[in-house]
Amino acid sequence: MSYRVVCYINQFYGGKGGEEAADFKPALVKNPVGPGLELQKFFGDEAVIVGTIICGDGYYAEHIEKARAECLKMIQDLKPDMFVAGPAFNAGRYGVACGDICATVAESLGIPSVTGMFPENPGVELYRAQIFIVKTEGSARGMKEALSSMARLGLKLLKGTPLGPAREEGYIHRGIRKNFFKEKRGSLRAIDMLLQKIAGKTFETEYEMPVFKKIPPAPPIKDLKHATIALVTSGGIVPRGNPDRLRVSSSESYAKYDISGLDDLTPDKFESIHGGYDRMWANLNPDVVVPLDVMRELERGGEFGKLHPYLYTTTGTGTSVANAERFGREIGRELKEAGVDGVILTST
Amino acid sequence: MAQIATIVPIMLTVGANRIVPGVAIPHPVGNPEAGLEEDKKTRRKLVLRALKALQTEISEQTIFDSD
Repeated sequence: MSYRVVCYINQFYGGKGGEEAADFKPALVKNPVGPGLELQKFFGDEAVIVGTIICGDGYYAEHIEKARAECLKMIQDLKPDMFVAGPAFNAGRYGVACGDICATVAESLGIPSVTGMFPENPGVELYRAQIFIVKTEGSARGMKEALSSMARLGLKLLKGTPLGPAREEGYIHRGIRKNFFKEKRGSLRAIDMLLQKIAGKTFETEYEMPVFKKIPPAPPIKDLKHATIALVTSGGIVPRGNPDRLRVSSSESYAKYDISGLDDLTPDKFESIHGGYDRMWANLNPDVVVPLDVMRELERGGEFGKLHPYLYTTTGTGTSVANAERFGREIGRELKEAGVDGVILTST
Repeated sequence: MAQIATIVPIMLTVGANRIVPGVAIPHPVGNPEAGLEEDKKTRRKLVLRALKALQTEISEQTIFDSD
């Protein structure tokens, strides 16, 4: 008995036309259509495509909830064991539609959902964690390979065959880390990798580093004596009791506290909740992480114009790059709007 | 913005432009182990260095580790 598969494709692959047919409303054909014909060959007799939903990219994008519901109903009625959408290659609206309908089907019907996209397709960042997105080339030139990978992965998912790393299985990794034993221990693998690197040979990192952006330096402050300076910290210094419940690591938020009436951060009023360093010194005197005492003295002495009334604080350890960037942008915007000229950021 | 922290390679990697090396991870702007007077003196020195960094024209990531 073969597995039942339902496919989703856009108006172009469904033969309804190009951009002028982008508003094509979802329609069901109880057969493989377009790429489905090739996909069926890759399934052999292990799986059979029992239906194809054709939907315009424009229609899905502009009526996302309606399109989702309409498509889901058609898919549900066919009682599939698996759902395959696209491949969308680098087409943005198509990728988002494929991602969205796959995620919806996976959640509502609990069946494996597979699609294919070029890694830069906006659908990837939106849906990679929820569905299996096979890595494809940037255009339909890679159709055959994409369909072959999608079929292969799909059958594995249907049979419950344990999957290897995303790279080997041909899909874009979902950010899920699985622990398993390797034959060689880590220290030996590290030496192997280092020797490859030193010899100028190719090596493959076991853990990808995030890519950090280079930011052009801000122009210098011309008139410090009249400048407003703000204090920001990632050292997790908060009012005693952590009233805003800042996380001790992997921050999801930051907070701001009025320090305008204070000359000093004292342990009766402030503490460190940062989970990544020994808090003993900070809890005896929080000024060693946020130098309020000295800033106040220098302000009084006319070294700079004014200390901004708010301290911005968060915890740096384990905080994702994405969140850190967001905090930086938001805090930066607020400080700029408040007329702050410069920031001293302290980190632990 | 001038950042005061201890692990300079991290600040360089994440792209901080005006970098002031701090004293130690648990107390980047102070030296409490050396007593209050030393602690405060160190703090003052580092903050002044950071303020100087804010006034310095730079074209690339720069470490400010002297006065």
